[in-house]
Amino acid sequence: MFWFYNVINTLTIGLIGFSMPAGPARNRMVLYLAIGALLWNFLSILFQEVSTSVQWERWEGTIEYSFMAPIRRVTYLGGVCAWAVLYGLVRTVVILIAVAFFFHINLAGADLAGAAMVLVASSVPFIGLGLVAAVLPLLSTERGAQATQVIQGVLLLVSGVYYPVRVLPEWIRWAAVLSPATYTLDAVRKALLSGASVTSLFGVSLGLLASGVVLIPLGLGIFTLAERHAMRTGSLKRNG
Amino acid sequence: MSIAGAEFVRPVPVDPQALALCAVGVHKSFRERESGEHQWRRVDAVSGIDLAVPRGEILGILGPNGSGKSTLIRILATLLVPDRGSVEVFGYDIGRHRLLVRRLINRVSVEASFFKKLTAEENLAYATGLYGVPNRQAQAMAREILERLGMPAKKLRVPLEQLSRGQQQKVAIARALLTSPTLMLLDEPTTGLDPKSRREVQQFILDVRQRHDATIVICTHDMDEAERLCDRVAIINRGRFEAVGPPQELKARHGATMEAVFFTLIGESTAEER
Repeated sequence: MFWFYNVINTLTIGLIGFSMPAGPARNRMVLYLAIGALLWNFLSILFQEVSTSVQWERWEGTIEYSFMAPIRRVTYLGGVCAWAVLYGLVRTVVILIAVAFFFHINLAGADLAGAAMVLVASSVPFIGLGLVAAVLPLLSTERGAQATQVIQGVLLLVSGVYYPVRVLPEWIRWAAVLSPATYTLDAVRKALLSGASVTSLFGVSLGLLASGVVLIPLGLGIFTLAERHAMRTGSLKRNG
Repeated sequence: MSIAGAEFVRPVPVDPQALALCAVGVHKSFRERESGEHQWRRVDAVSGIDLAVPRGEILGILGPNGSGKSTLIRILATLLVPDRGSVEVFGYDIGRHRLLVRRLINRVSVEASFFKKLTAEENLAYATGLYGVPNRQAQAMAREILERLGMPAKKLRVPLEQLSRGQQQKVAIARALLTSPTLMLLDEPTTGLDPKSRREVQQFILDVRQRHDATIVICTHDMDEAERLCDRVAIINRGRFEAVGPPQELKARHGATMEAVFFTLIGESTAEER
């Protein structure tokens, strides 16, 4: 059901472009919006899935059993992240097929390899952000999930998902610089709309990977600290 | 009966002379909000517990609600860090050798926590997967364990939310046993079970000790259960052990029945004062 909603949502956003007069500009706008919707779908799954897993385990009370298992936390979280990437890719491909079928998208001038490279590189910092967000439901089952939604909402607002970052009010535009999604969306659009090559997108991809190299250990570190806090205060338990 | 996970969970070298469990001066307190106020107070959940459990023993912990039983079990299960004191499992400190200790233990809690929408099979696959036990072996052994516990194997394919509390608790016991724990921590495993299921679980606990050389720490409210299963019983109240000894010895000192022992040591008006 949720997949169906995602497909319809992406198509609805793409259809906004049809309010423009017919021609190349309209086709470009439709693709611009569809790329935004598709990428946001993928990146938000990476961001959300890790924290949802922790939240679900806390909700059901199984987290004590998972944390009592003789595996390192990095292994546990690595498994959750691998699932998030796989799930995100499959869901995005399904939506992509629906979008391509519905809008008859022509990607003749697009550099798909460049877009794929950026997408893979952007997974790394988003997993790092997901790990940071996963701390919130670890600290508080109910409020943690709400806080995750707030962070996700801010990223949606400032990253230029459906509009260029330059249209943001000046007082908030600085936040776009901090979001890995800004660079991902910009680079993927360059690849798909303007045919930017792998070589020209190499720098952005490297930057995204570098931010991931910072964000993943940061996320793991914060998660470990939060787990220790929970083990001191007894907040892991659901009942009993 | 063999234990399913034994050959798959990486073995931990254990000194045969070491105590299964050794706790010295364990303290744990929590911050609690005063009712309706913005002020906090510290509540001592566990206050200076000393414990020495030899390998193969079944130790019962008897106490009223809020006496510190579950907190103590969570500390032993590496889920809570004590404020003071030390705990060793087969000679391994639970703080410094947490991963090693986790390979030696498992726990059944009073609430059988599962992914309720998933079947018992799926829940067991997830839980045993974390210990490296191959799913096929885990499922085969789970069937055997559940049949011994009087639960039809076909129930493994039913979502947990559709199983009764007793059936969920039996799946929880299977989950713990499938990882081949040398030390089993059972926190009120028979609470809420009907008399037949309770008897089946109790018999199973005795079988596990006898055939698997497991050491078992069991928290319970059930005096008969404590007397039937346990080599020694510790009476806990307000986070402290009031007495520890074989049931016969406790009865000789404090009362004719375990219930009399309990009320002599705890006092009739104690339950849930905190």
